[in-house]
Amino acid sequence: MTSSQIIVLAIIATSLATFISRFMGALTSEKVSVKSKIFHWFNCVAYSTLAALLGRMIIFPAGVLAESYLFIRIAVLVTCIIIFIVTKKNLVVPTIVSAILLSILNSI
Amino acid sequence: MINSKVFLKGLKSLQGSKSPAIPLAACFVALGALLKDAGFNLKQSAASSLFTYALPGQLVMAESLLVGASIVNIFIAVWLVNFRLYPMTVSLFPLLEHKTQPKWKYYLSCHFLAVTSWLIAKDGYKKIDKKHRIDFWIGIGIGTWSTAILMTALGYLSADYLNKDMLIGLAIVNPVYFFCMMIGAMKNLSISIAVVVGTILGPLIYLVSTEWALLFAGLIGGTIAFLFGEKNDK
Repeated sequence: MTSSQIIVLAIIATSLATFISRFMGALTSEKVSVKSKIFHWFNCVAYSTLAALLGRMIIFPAGVLAESYLFIRIAVLVTCIIIFIVTKKNLVVPTIVSAILLSILNSI
Repeated sequence: MINSKVFLKGLKSLQGSKSPAIPLAACFVALGALLKDAGFNLKQSAASSLFTYALPGQLVMAESLLVGASIVNIFIAVWLVNFRLYPMTVSLFPLLEHKTQPKWKYYLSCHFLAVTSWLIAKDGYKKIDKKHRIDFWIGIGIGTWSTAILMTALGYLSADYLNKDMLIGLAIVNPVYFFCMMIGAMKNLSISIAVVVGTILGPLIYLVSTEWALLFAGLIGGTIAFLFGEKNDK
């Protein structure tokens, strides 16, 4: 197989593996009522899974982010959360600041 | 078929002080550059975001290809990292359900489910009339999805102009945005517990098992939060 064919297969495999979870979710949703306990449980699990992913992204990042220092990443995150709270939940300012701050701190 | 007013409202979530456009741009530009590195061409890079549209899975794919993993291994690794989309869909779609809406809307629009669109929908659905919530969701989905595809292409094309420090800077934007959005969502006890316990357990369990960390952390953190919520509601 050429590398181009492998890439196409990888795109198909990745897309299928992703869509399965979404589609199963849409099917399950038909049987779940907003007022049920199971809905509440799913809601908690969803937030917790997402938080787990984010915690992992900051502490054990994949890709280029792994080349920065942990304490710098945490310092940037905390600074940006403070900006978010101070600016009354503006998301544009802290996200722009995060990129600039980490780029600068990392190149020192 | 689709209520255009509500659809536009969803689409317009790309504007304003809560706009996800910058974090989406930052992470998909970085992804485009990474895919170029992994040997993708421009069409393949755009197709990856078009058909997958879930960043952590695409990162796993690119890194697995770089180390020469098999297609079956890529499938399993991506399934595990993107399984979070299942509880996320189940915790959003019942809120968008209305008996006058056709089922195909739900089956097709579930493709738009990603962290960004989910957080925006969870933040804004209450302001929309129940009957048209699915059209609001489709608006959010089309907006965030098309931004992601365009930015992947842009990242691919600008890869040669991005140095390492810039790419590292771009990579932090997304987690920062998500964390801020989640802190904004911590409006009751159970969600707050879910977020705090998940954040701690995610990296902790990752030390034991890299593949299963998210699933277990989510299940344990979510169940603890649910039980606490139940106890305090009574």
